[in-house]
Amino acid sequence: MSVTAIPPSGTLPLADVPPLPVDRFRRVVLDAVGSGQRILSLPGFPDGDGTGLLAILGSDRDHRLSAARSEPIRGGYRALTPECPQAHLFEREIAERFAVVPEGHPWLKPVRFLGAGAAPGTPDFFRVDGDEVHEVAVGPVHAGIIEPGHFRFQCHGERVLFLEIALGYQHRGVERALAGGPDARTIHLIETLAGDTSIGHAWAYSLVVEALSGSSPPPRAEALRGVALELERATNHVGDLGALAGDVGYLPAAAFCGRLRGDFLNLTAELCGSRLGRGLVRPGGVAFDLGAEQAAALIPLALTALDEAADATSLLWGTATVRARFEETGAVGPGTCEALGLVGPAARACGIGRDARTSFPSGIWREHPIEIAAAASGDVRARAWVRWLEVQRSIAWLCARLAALPPGPIRTAAAGLAPGSLAVSLVEGWRGEICHTALTDDTGRFRLYKVVDPSFHNWSGLAAAMRDQPISDFPLCNKSFNLSCCGHDL
Amino acid sequence: MLKSWLVRARQGHRTVPYPGPLPALPERLRGLPVLQPEKCRSGCAECVAACPTGALSSGPEGLRLDLGRCLFCGECEAACPDGAVRFTNDPRMAARRRDDLVLGGDGPRLAAALGDESRRLFGRSLRLRVVSAGGCNGCEVEVNVLNTIVFDLGRFGIQFVASPRHADGLLITGPVTRNMEHALRKTWEAVPGPRLVIAVGACAISGGPYAGHPEQLDGAAGVVPVDLFVPGCPPHPLGILDGLPRLLGRASST
Ligand code: SF4
Ligand code: SF4
Repeated sequence: MSVTAIPPSGTLPLADVPPLPVDRFRRVVLDAVGSGQRILSLPGFPDGDGTGLLAILGSDRDHRLSAARSEPIRGGYRALTPECPQAHLFEREIAERFAVVPEGHPWLKPVRFLGAGAAPGTPDFFRVDGDEVHEVAVGPVHAGIIEPGHFRFQCHGERVLFLEIALGYQHRGVERALAGGPDARTIHLIETLAGDTSIGHAWAYSLVVEALSGSSPPPRAEALRGVALELERATNHVGDLGALAGDVGYLPAAAFCGRLRGDFLNLTAELCGSRLGRGLVRPGGVAFDLGAEQAAALIPLALTALDEAADATSLLWGTATVRARFEETGAVGPGTCEALGLVGPAARACGIGRDARTSFPSGIWREHPIEIAAAASGDVRARAWVRWLEVQRSIAWLCARLAALPPGPIRTAAAGLAPGSLAVSLVEGWRGEICHTALTDDTGRFRLYKVVDPSFHNWSGLAAAMRDQPISDFPLCNKSFNLSCCGHDL
Repeated sequence: MLKSWLVRARQGHRTVPYPGPLPALPERLRGLPVLQPEKCRSGCAECVAACPTGALSSGPEGLRLDLGRCLFCGECEAACPDGAVRFTNDPRMAARRRDDLVLGGDGPRLAAALGDESRRLFGRSLRLRVVSAGGCNGCEVEVNVLNTIVFDLGRFGIQFVASPRHADGLLITGPVTRNMEHALRKTWEAVPGPRLVIAVGACAISGGPYAGHPEQLDGAAGVVPVDLFVPGCPPHPLGILDGLPRLLGRASST
C-alpha cells in the first residue's frame, strides 16, 4: 500500500498512512500527478529527529482524496519539482523551514525569509541579459492601497520576457503559532489568514476540528455558512470587476462596482456584525442565527444588489474599448494551468472545471449543488466573465437557502480532538480551493497545521500570464487574478 | 454612451451625508464597547479569560478594555453572565494618544484636532501614502472603500497618493512585520516633514491577533511616531472617516 484514501469524514488515524522510504514517496506522488491527480498540499513536519513529508492528493475526476507520507528525512532527498512543477513552491517552503534540501530543485529560494539575516528583496533575481533588455522593479510599497509584494520584470521594450514575484513581506508567523493549538487565539488567526476570505478559512478550519472531534454542524448552520461563503464570493468578484474597469480607465463601471461591493459587505455585517464575516463560522456551527424576518429581509437586498451589479457590469461586456483591452490579454492555456496546478476562477477560465464545491462536495454542496461557471479562452476577459457568472449563481443560490432555512439549532458542542490523527478539509473560497491539513499529537493538539490558500497555487499563474505581454497590462492581469500576499506569506 | 448615462441615472447618488448623524448601521455591528462594571455581580472574570489578546483586564481600578488591542470579536460580551461588557454599533473611536484608547468606565477620548499650525498646513489638503505593513489585508479593504462614492474621502481634501514624496504623511496598516520594517522606515524617511502618521487597525496599534509573535513588531509606534490611532479589526470605514477629519478639525461635533 502506498497512498491511503481519506474517507469522506476528512480524518483518519495517522498510523493508517504508512511512512514510505522517501524515494518511494516521491514515485508515488509523481505517478499520482501523472495520472491526473493534483497536489493539494505538501507540507513538511518535524518527525523524530528528521522531517516527514506529507502529500495530500486529489482527483477532481473521481472526487477522491488521498494521503501519502515519507519516512523522516535527514539531509536531503531528490526534488519532485523538475518532473512536477506543481511542487515547486511547496518544496521551497520545506527547504526553508526544515533542514532538508530538495536536491535538484531548479529555483531554491526563500519563500518567507524566516529567521535572522534573511531579508526579502536581497537574493539575486532571475536576470535576462542583452543590450536591449531592461529590468523593472516595483514594490514592496506600491502606488495603490494594496499588500506588499515585489515584482521584477525582465523586459524587451514593452514586452515582458519574464516576471519574478517575490513575496514574504507579510510573514507574521501564523502557521507556526497555530501549531500547539487550538487555543483562544486560534480562530482569530484563522479568520485573518487572508482577511477577505475570513468565511472561507474559518469554514475550512471548522471542518478540520469537526472531523477530528467526530461532530457535525446542524443543517441550519450549514445553510448559514453557505450563505456567508457565497456572499463573500459575490462581494469580492463584484469589487474586482470594478477594479478591472478602473484599470482600463472605464470609470462608470469602476465607481458603481466599488459602491456595490460595499453593499454586499453590509449584507455580511447584517449576518454577524462584521463586514468581513468575522465571528460567524465556528467549529460545530455558526455563532449567529437569523430570525425568519431577518432572513426574509436579506433576500430583496441581495437581489437588488445583484440587479444593480448586472446593470453596472453590462457596461463592461458591451463597451468595445473595454473588450479590446480584456480580450487576448494575459491568457493562460489549459496545459500551463494543469502543470502549475492552478485553482479557482483562473482554472475555470481556461476550461478546467475544478471547483471544490463539485469536485469534493461535502454537506450542503451535496444537498444543494451549485452550477459551476466556465469559460475557455483563459484571458482577462474569461476570468472576468467566470467571476460574473459566479456572482449571479451565488446570489441565486444563497437566496434559495435564505428562503428555506432548515429549522433547528445552529451549533453543536465539539468534543476534544482525536490524538495521532490526520485531518484534511477543502472549501472553495472565492479565489479558489482552500486546503487545511492538521496532524494531532498524542494529546490531541496540533502537531502541524498547514494552510494552503488558493494564492499559493496561483501566483505562478500570474507570472505565466505575463509572458510576452506588454508590461502596461500588468495591473489588469494582476486584478483579474487578485491574489493574496498575506494568504501566501502566513 | 447613451447606455452609460442611463445606468448612471439608475445608480443614483450614494454618498453618505457625513459629518452629521451616523447613517443606519447593522444592529449587530460591533463598534464602541461600553463597560458597566456595576453590573458585574459574579466577579467571575470570565470576560478577561475569554479575551484572545489580553485587551481586557481587571485589576484594583476595575475593568479596563484597551481598544487598541481589541479584535471586536465579542467573545467577552458572550462570556459575561451579567452584561457588564456590551458592544454598541457606533464605529467612532479614533484617538490621538495611545492611552486614550483604554476604556475604564469613563469612555473613550476621541481625537482632538491638530494644533493651529498643522491645521493651517494640512487642514484643507492632506495627502497620504498608504503602507501595508503586514496584517491580513482586512484593513486595506476598509481603507480602500473610503475612495468609493459612498464615503468619498476626497470631499475633505484628503487623498491617497502614489508616492511618499507627494505625501504629507503615512497611513499604516498591519503590525509591521520584520520583513516590512525596512520598507516602512524608508518610506517614512521619504515623506517630507512635517509629516503625520495614522495607524489604522488593531495590528498597526498593537500587533492585533499577532501580538507577541516574534515575526512582527507589535504596531507602527515602535518604528515611527503616530499621530492618530483608529481601532478596529478592521475599523468600519466610518470609523476612519470620522477620525481623519476630526484630526483636521472638520468632524461632526456629535
Ligand atoms: S471583543 Fe475585544 S476585549 Fe472582548 S474578547 Fe474580543 S478582543 Fe477581547
Ligand atoms: S487589524 Fe485585523 S483586519 Fe486589520 S490587518 Fe490586522 S488582523 Fe487584519
